[in-house]
Amino acid sequence: MESILTFDSLGFTLAVKLVAVVAFFLLAPLVVGYMEHKVLGDMQSRVGPYEAGIGPVKFGVGQLVADGAKFIQKEDIIPRAADKWVFAAAPAVALVPTLLILVVVPFGPGAWAENLDVGLFFALAASGVTVIGILMAGWASANKYSLMGGLRDAAQLIAYELPLVLAGAAVALQAGSLSLVDIVQAQGSASLLGLPVWFGIPQIAGLALFFVAAMAELNRPPFDMPIADSEIIFGHMTEYTGIRYAMFMLSEYAGMVVLSALAVVLFLGGWYIVPGTTWPYEQLGPAASALLGFGVTMGKIIILAFLMVWARATLPRLREDQLQTMAWMVLIPLALAQIVVVGVLEVVA
Amino acid sequence: MTGYYSAYTTVFALAVAGVLVVAGALTVNRLVRPDRKYGGKLSTYECGIDPVGEGWSQTHIRYYLFAFLFVIFDVETLFIFPWAVVLGEAGQAQAFMLGVMLVFLFFVTLTLPYEYKKGVLRWV
Repeated sequence: MESILTFDSLGFTLAVKLVAVVAFFLLAPLVVGYMEHKVLGDMQSRVGPYEAGIGPVKFGVGQLVADGAKFIQKEDIIPRAADKWVFAAAPAVALVPTLLILVVVPFGPGAWAENLDVGLFFALAASGVTVIGILMAGWASANKYSLMGGLRDAAQLIAYELPLVLAGAAVALQAGSLSLVDIVQAQGSASLLGLPVWFGIPQIAGLALFFVAAMAELNRPPFDMPIADSEIIFGHMTEYTGIRYAMFMLSEYAGMVVLSALAVVLFLGGWYIVPGTTWPYEQLGPAASALLGFGVTMGKIIILAFLMVWARATLPRLREDQLQTMAWMVLIPLALAQIVVVGVLEVVA
Repeated sequence: MTGYYSAYTTVFALAVAGVLVVAGALTVNRLVRPDRKYGGKLSTYECGIDPVGEGWSQTHIRYYLFAFLFVIFDVETLFIFPWAVVLGEAGQAQAFMLGVMLVFLFFVTLTLPYEYKKGVLRWV
């Protein structure tokens, strides 16, 4: 199947794809961020933002737009002791890989930018680059707390990366492909013991691992030790202000969207509505099915992002070595067991 | 084959577009921001008191053993991917391929209890 963003002219196709991906990259984090504001407010018995609005619509929907407008006007402070070039480049290194993952994520039938043969591999590889930006920020700030934050983030990568990749390998095994589009389509007809299910049922352990690893990758509570405010001020972001700080925040919220999207695509049936059937996409035209698929995928993404916010509101922070020990003694053996289970099911069934 | 090149052209162009988005934001920032720098503002932040010693202080990276293990395990993970993609269409060789991978995973997993016994799976 071709992407619906394909036109006769190659240059026009490329331009439309770039605009679509960049627009999604800048807008979707606003939706998730607003959801986090309101949900956290509700869980902490306060109202959250309610004054800022866009036109007549209030309820705080314009809060993040206002924040962005504020950040872009702020003075750009680079500390005297800092390693200036590395300090200035670090937010971009953290931000751009998250944007690159979006090129392979399928949101609906035809609603993707490119269907790479190695899409899953590309997404996992690109997601690992962000940590380099964080290490650069931690080191270049020339601040003890930033350095500690950067080192903790590197430790975190060592803990979550293997469960994340192994959970992805189990999905590739069941789908027989690394293309994210093929993985979603394989879930249209996947079954377990005759029952129609998405990959998230036979791979329930893989789904849990992937989700936990995603929260650790994003430094979201309960895995926010690299930016633990009561211990090391704000980790690698301690010395950042204004627009460069905003880029780190954008990469966190865009990361929530992107990793939730990957979890949806790999385990939760992507754009499909009912397990075991591709209804109602055959009855619809290409544009209508792409739009419907986009809506369904976004709905599932918001649900997963809500779970991340819920975890933030309720769970206490772990210690860095606790995450490390948990990863090596629980998550990695579990991920290997998941691969064995899927492999045996693949051969026997 | 043209599809292959055009797909990676999009990836490359998107990387360039990402850099341009960052550059654009920094340019707008440069046009509208105030610029009043002085000593205190540029000093290293340590919760308000004057910074003690250097920022690039010596640190003991206690998790270096995990880092070694991670590199080894990451390479082993890469071996699983090609196997995972072709297992479904291996036909008669399927059982054999699964058996070989089970032996491989057995030895990979065997290292974990050994490391636990050696006490390297904890840093404090």
